Amino acid sequence: MPGPVQSIERAAAILRLLAQGSGRLGLTEIANSLGLARGTAHGILRTLQLVGFVEQDKATGKYQLGAALLHLGTSYLDVNELRSRAINWADALAARSGEAVRIGTHLQGRVLVVHHVFRPDDSLQTLDVGMLLPLHATAIGKVLLAYDANAAAAVQEGEPERFTRRTVRTRKEMSRVLATVREHGWASDVDEAGPGEAGVAAPIRGYGGLVVGAMGISGATERICDPGGRPRPELVGYVRDAARAVSRDLGAARW
Amino acid sequence: MTQRYVMSIDQGTTSTRCILFDWRGRLVSVTQREHRQRFPRPGWVEHDPVEIWRNLERIAPEALAHAGVGPGEVAAVGIANQRETTVLWDRRTGVPVAPAVVWQDTRTAALVEELSRRPDAHVVRERCGLPLATYFSAPTVRWLLDHVDGLRERAERGEVLFGTMESWLIWNLTGGPDGGVHVTDVTNASRTLLMNLRDLDWDPVLLDFFGVPRAMLPRIRPSSQTYGTAKRVLPGVRISAALGDQQAALFGQTCFRRGEAKCTYGTGAFLLLNTGAEPVASTHGLLTTVGYQIGDQPAVYALEGSIAVTGALVQWFRDQLGIISTAPEIETLARTVDDNGGCYIVPAFSGLFAPHWRSEARGVIVGLTSYITKGHLARAVLEATGWQTREVVDAMNADAGIALTTLKVDGGMTSDNLLMQFIADVLDVPVVRPMVAETVSLGAAYAAGLAVGYWPDLEGLRRNWHRAAQWTPAMDRKRREEEYDNWRRAVERAFDWVRPAAGSS
Repeated sequence: MPGPVQSIERAAAILRLLAQGSGRLGLTEIANSLGLARGTAHGILRTLQLVGFVEQDKATGKYQLGAALLHLGTSYLDVNELRSRAINWADALAARSGEAVRIGTHLQGRVLVVHHVFRPDDSLQTLDVGMLLPLHATAIGKVLLAYDANAAAAVQEGEPERFTRRTVRTRKEMSRVLATVREHGWASDVDEAGPGEAGVAAPIRGYGGLVVGAMGISGATERICDPGGRPRPELVGYVRDAARAVSRDLGAARW
Repeated sequence: MTQRYVMSIDQGTTSTRCILFDWRGRLVSVTQREHRQRFPRPGWVEHDPVEIWRNLERIAPEALAHAGVGPGEVAAVGIANQRETTVLWDRRTGVPVAPAVVWQDTRTAALVEELSRRPDAHVVRERCGLPLATYFSAPTVRWLLDHVDGLRERAERGEVLFGTMESWLIWNLTGGPDGGVHVTDVTNASRTLLMNLRDLDWDPVLLDFFGVPRAMLPRIRPSSQTYGTAKRVLPGVRISAALGDQQAALFGQTCFRRGEAKCTYGTGAFLLLNTGAEPVASTHGLLTTVGYQIGDQPAVYALEGSIAVTGALVQWFRDQLGIISTAPEIETLARTVDDNGGCYIVPAFSGLFAPHWRSEARGVIVGLTSYITKGHLARAVLEATGWQTREVVDAMNADAGIALTTLKVDGGMTSDNLLMQFIADVLDVPVVRPMVAETVSLGAAYAAGLAVGYWPDLEGLRRNWHRAAQWTPAMDRKRREEEYDNWRRAVERAFDWVRPAAGSS
């Protein structure tokens, strides 16, 4: 087993230091207190600032604990904030794919639809925002199960509901499906939530790669899939590009 | 080389943006650059026109580079701009004679007071459709002519040119001192107080009223027509459209039929209703303005209702009260309760605009009891935008004699589902959001593309408009009427707050 990671220890020490006393300290004070080189302290502070755990006062240049740290106990990203940050990319995905777009987050063992863009054909459609979808039978749900440990923990008990003959039901089958999702970075559902319905989804990530939601398209199986019943590669590409674009805007660097 | 794209330039109050659109109205690349806001004295707001021009010089080629295309692949460029902001510059050197005076600037307050006391002041609204107020251009031009040494003489000799931002940018793009084209479009000209709303030309009576020499004014052209070819920045590209930003949003939302309306929700909100080929004089506190003019076709007019504070109230809740940390959290907080708990907020921070026009009104929060939580306040914040929209729509229905059947919305606040549902509820009509949120830029691109045949006609543009979301009214009539009555009583409590200083008349 590897030993402790030095930079994490130092980051923790900086946070403890800032949590004491007046809570506003300059770079030199922080570096001196902890016996660090200024460059080292600055590097750690910049990273802490990036993830929102530390804030720097613009006028004085002093550091203090960040709002994200204070809200650590509550939801990481407000769902309305997520919608607001994703709305332009969701519109672009609907325009490119020609299909309806949804963004979902995990809520008590279900998918909560937090954003919905109509299929751009001007047919009569109703807004699904606030609706709950099954985790095990939708592409968005599978992405959340694959990457969100809390979502996976919430569906441990009970037999999942069967919507069609193709709905994934056994735990063994689901683990195989989720392993594929993690391997490819996207999920699909084909005739699983309802006959003739299909969807493709990819994860939306925040700082450090934390999955905060999933974004996907859904529509008629014959439009989403090729004749072999597999999601069309260009649609998968659009979905992954859009989810990556939102992730980049949310500060996920590598995805 | 095929001309695959149309470019729009949105010269806004805080930044300038360049967007490339493809034939289906989809966004291909976006670049943006902010410019400085200068506040040299209380009430003064200025921009540096040269800084704005330099920003454009930078971001327009960037937008092409991001999409990997050359100017030869751009069929035309259209400009949408912050309205009424005034630039005066030297025709020979191209150097501005003063900083640009922004529409928010109130330095002309005393001049406007003095002008409105003149017995012939009624000619202003009769001829141009607008009330005499500080944010329109004519008082600003007059103020500059009165306050900058020797300027009036130079203006009369035609050595100094006037323009709003689109004129300044077109003149520079087409060569500046070296043969620059000095034009404006009907929508921008309609915001100067100097254009006759029916003739669509500078009105000699208004020029005389404000003391503005005709020699300094640009030629008024349709909103959609090629004005010239760019010699700089986008060499060879035709400049084929200009519209004020709110009119551009009306065009981008494809409100081409009489009775169609859009509302853009930003810091404030602007509701524009297409009234067709006839200007409708308002008796309910709205502005009569030109919507757009395509080529040599007759102009299309609009009624405009401006609301000063909508998104700004959410910002106040975030920045001044610190109750939320980001604007979208207002919805999360508002959803912690089922209703407003009897609380109403009237955000008359600097008076109330349409339809009241009460500059002495100030903000109030009414209905406070020990029961009220921050959740109720958050609801009241959102509902204030809903009710202010309702008041403007009522005024429009009364003035235009046609009832609104659908409201097309755009702007940042449209991501707030609770608010959009509330607006549908209080208006009792469906509220729809289009798939392209950038309606201002899209409108300028559409008008430019139309002028050069990139798009064939208005119907072709309509086919690009797709509904991204729709909110259907769900509030029962009795509740709506009771709540509206409460709102109106709250508004009355905001009136008559600021008293004139002692001794002033």
